[in-house]
Amino acid sequence: MGVRYFGAEVRRVEDPRLVTGKGRYVDDIELPGMLEAVMVRSTEAHARIRSIDAAAARALPGVHAVFTLQDFPAEYHDRPMVQPYPAPVLLQPTTQHPLARDEVCFVGQAIAIVVAETRHIAEDAAGLVAVDYEPLPAVVDCREAVKTDAPLAHAGSPDNIVARLRVAFGEVETAFADAAHVFEERFLQHRGGCHAMECRGVIAEDRPLHDGLTIVSATQCPYLVRRNVAAYLGRDEGRVRVVAPDVGGGFGPKAGVYAEEIVVPLAAAALGRPVKWIEDRREHFVTTNTQRDQEWTLEAAVDADGKLLGVRGRVIHDNGAFVPYGLLLPMTSLTPLPGPYAVPALDVAMDVVFTNTAPNSPIRGAGRPNAAFAMERLIARVARELDLDQAEVRRRNYVPADGFPYDTGQKFRDGSAIKYDSGDFEGCLDKVVELSGYAGFAERQAEARAEGRYLGIGVSSCIEDTGVGPYEGATVRVQPDGKVQIQTGAASQGQGHETMLAQVCADRLDVALEDIYVRAADTGAFPQGVGTIGSRVAVNASTAVFDAAESVRDKALQLAAERLEASVEDLEVEDGVIGVAGVPEMKVTYGELAKQLAPMAGGPLPKGFSPGLEATSYRTSEGMPTASGSNIAEVEVDIGTGEVRVLRYSVAHDCGKMINPMMVDGQIVGGVVHGIGNALFERLVYDEAGQPLNNNYGEYLLPIATEMPPIAVTHQETPSPFNPLGIKGAGEGGTIPATAAVVAAIENALEPFDVVIRSYPVSPEELCDLIEGGGASERSA
Amino acid sequence: MKHTHRISLTVNGRPVETEVEDRLHLADFLRRELKLTGTHLGCEHGVCGACTVLVDGRAVRSCLMLAVQARGSDVTTVEGLAAEDGTLSPLQEAFREHHALQCGFCTPGMLTSLTAFLRDNPAPTDREVREAISGNICRCTGYQPIVAAALAATGDEAIEGEN
Ligand code: FES
Ligand code: FES
Repeated sequence: MGVRYFGAEVRRVEDPRLVTGKGRYVDDIELPGMLEAVMVRSTEAHARIRSIDAAAARALPGVHAVFTLQDFPAEYHDRPMVQPYPAPVLLQPTTQHPLARDEVCFVGQAIAIVVAETRHIAEDAAGLVAVDYEPLPAVVDCREAVKTDAPLAHAGSPDNIVARLRVAFGEVETAFADAAHVFEERFLQHRGGCHAMECRGVIAEDRPLHDGLTIVSATQCPYLVRRNVAAYLGRDEGRVRVVAPDVGGGFGPKAGVYAEEIVVPLAAAALGRPVKWIEDRREHFVTTNTQRDQEWTLEAAVDADGKLLGVRGRVIHDNGAFVPYGLLLPMTSLTPLPGPYAVPALDVAMDVVFTNTAPNSPIRGAGRPNAAFAMERLIARVARELDLDQAEVRRRNYVPADGFPYDTGQKFRDGSAIKYDSGDFEGCLDKVVELSGYAGFAERQAEARAEGRYLGIGVSSCIEDTGVGPYEGATVRVQPDGKVQIQTGAASQGQGHETMLAQVCADRLDVALEDIYVRAADTGAFPQGVGTIGSRVAVNASTAVFDAAESVRDKALQLAAERLEASVEDLEVEDGVIGVAGVPEMKVTYGELAKQLAPMAGGPLPKGFSPGLEATSYRTSEGMPTASGSNIAEVEVDIGTGEVRVLRYSVAHDCGKMINPMMVDGQIVGGVVHGIGNALFERLVYDEAGQPLNNNYGEYLLPIATEMPPIAVTHQETPSPFNPLGIKGAGEGGTIPATAAVVAAIENALEPFDVVIRSYPVSPEELCDLIEGGGASERSA
Repeated sequence: MKHTHRISLTVNGRPVETEVEDRLHLADFLRRELKLTGTHLGCEHGVCGACTVLVDGRAVRSCLMLAVQARGSDVTTVEGLAAEDGTLSPLQEAFREHHALQCGFCTPGMLTSLTAFLRDNPAPTDREVREAISGNICRCTGYQPIVAAALAATGDEAIEGEN
């Protein structure tokens, strides 16, 4: 078997349609008879709804219907959305009603849906719906919400506590008793919004006498949507089809299930017409899940050499007004905590709380960037206190290269040990130290300082648990014309899965990449799938494709051996043609074999063979491959204006074997930029009454081209022993360590002013205050 | 009250004559009336640049311009960048070559913005390209490969930080 594509920088098969404007995103799809919808949303952070008057809206010409919850069938009047990820530790798994029943708990919560001939008419009508609110006290800051006398985010609930979580292993008390030093750090983390450039969107069509309900959604997880919506509506999953077409970025929040995915189908069912709803950017700011504040208080027990002996602390996590996504976000802030470091003992507790703000769920990296930031804060503190070099303090604490598989001491939910499969953290650090010119930095810094300029450098290391199971599946099918179809459930939001899966398949079958096409993310076309989250598709879906392609090849060789009267061992495959070695005229193509295996009426099926030259596999990785990386940021801070410029950024990353290094670099560079945005720009501001204040791109800053540094990326390839391809996920490894690297670099630049940063994003105003005042930053939410 | 106006214009080289509502913006006109859905809407408040099209050769945010204002003008959308026979423009090719797109949602706006920019600045620096797309937001790529593609389309492949 030749390897031509695995590991090659193959150009993407997705691109020809996307660079010519021929992509097909939700809003590009029009169905015959389709109507358009606009949501009426709460303008209050917390209120009781006294009444809704939709008469004027209904009277507007071109309006087909206005639905409040009461206008849907009675069975839905007291049925909140189904919790997609239930967990016993969820004290209050509260989900919203798809349209508010009698209480609204955040600005933007859906209250009614207006359906009209056109979007324009629907917008006009939505403006005519009058909602009479009785305001209730709102709680906005998670640090307030946790207090016993805080206003309640939900009237009538016992308190604001969603869950109390704890991750603990080792002898923490002993670690602190034996420590040469104990350091405490307190900081506030804030990650902002999703901001995929395509907002969310849903089209629903219900054909009860035909194939049932079809939902087209800009989702990362069509199978989760199918499960959830079918359960909510009380329908058979086999008669709910969910399709994700081209999706313009996901980054986490599109993995959840949203009210519109229920309300739009209900409206379509009631009207007997397809209905389309497209989120606008203002709605995106207030209703697509965000990832806001976490307050951390952490202590490190350290020996005289700067080695961590133990970590303990407490976190308050803002979950927003509801629990749209179980505890996946808060849990992923805790479980990856030790990071690349051999921490013998750890005990961190977290209070997950409600506030009257948009619900929270993971954004690129989920809680991992928070966990990485937390550990990197401790490591930075150790370095500062013990006067150790930033790289050196990490070397002293890493899990050693010969320490794999490494048992962190933690357990999965099923009780099995959480293990790092492979890696070489110090090797990665060496690479980034080299790439970034770390050794020459002191000189650069001194030269700049002599000119009155303040340069700083920041190091950050991380691990990423990737490829979470339990599976993703794939069918590999050779068509009679010799083309190969891959079907999979795994949805793409731009990562290039079509190319990646085709690469794996092409090598395994020995066919040309051009002869493969991929059909993905349609529950009507492939029976089961999980979804695109947590850097899991390469690991899970590629493994399934690899395995299915192997079965197809085996079957083809068996049949070819019979047909050519040769033994399988004497056959070789090249470019889709199976031949007998050394006998050029003895050959048959995959296409001919596929045709032979799919005869029409009366035709013979080869004895002992099942029909079709195809195979389906759900083979998956054996555990969660651990990717890792070290980053170095170099910044300049203008001490007059507080402006931070990232001058250069270097990454050494290890995601095992790379299927397509060009696409891996794309993931890393894009991810780093997201992390820089978290460090410097992205802040969702709510006032004390829970009104969002910066719902536009003039005031909510996203990273733009002029603000981004050159980003250099190098790789280390430590294959994963968990899967046959040796791969690990790569989707979030750029984002996870980036914020910590930038913040450390800013502190390094401002060492003469003793500046300690205690919250991000770091604004110029705050930096100016810190430079003037000395000491540490504090920020209210 | 619905007010409409009769307009005629050229879109991707083809003459168009039609009646439009006065409040219809150019992006919705292109997408809804002409079914040219390559032009994307990312913010509808003039910041993200996804909706950029060329109006008489100038890069314009079609969410901030009314269809009636395009009366008599020559509009080029992303669908009009490739040659008649489908051959990609050098910039489109370079986007593929340099992995300058992931989800592709910002791509039409990037391509149209850069097409106008490179026509007027055939030998730009890295910095100038970044300035040129500073009004286009991309959440996926981190911009670096887009800059690389733009420079490559001019024949100058040198870019800091690329390795
Ligand atoms: S949609 Fe026009 S600038 Fe964003
Ligand atoms: S490629 Fe996705 S926003 Fe630019």
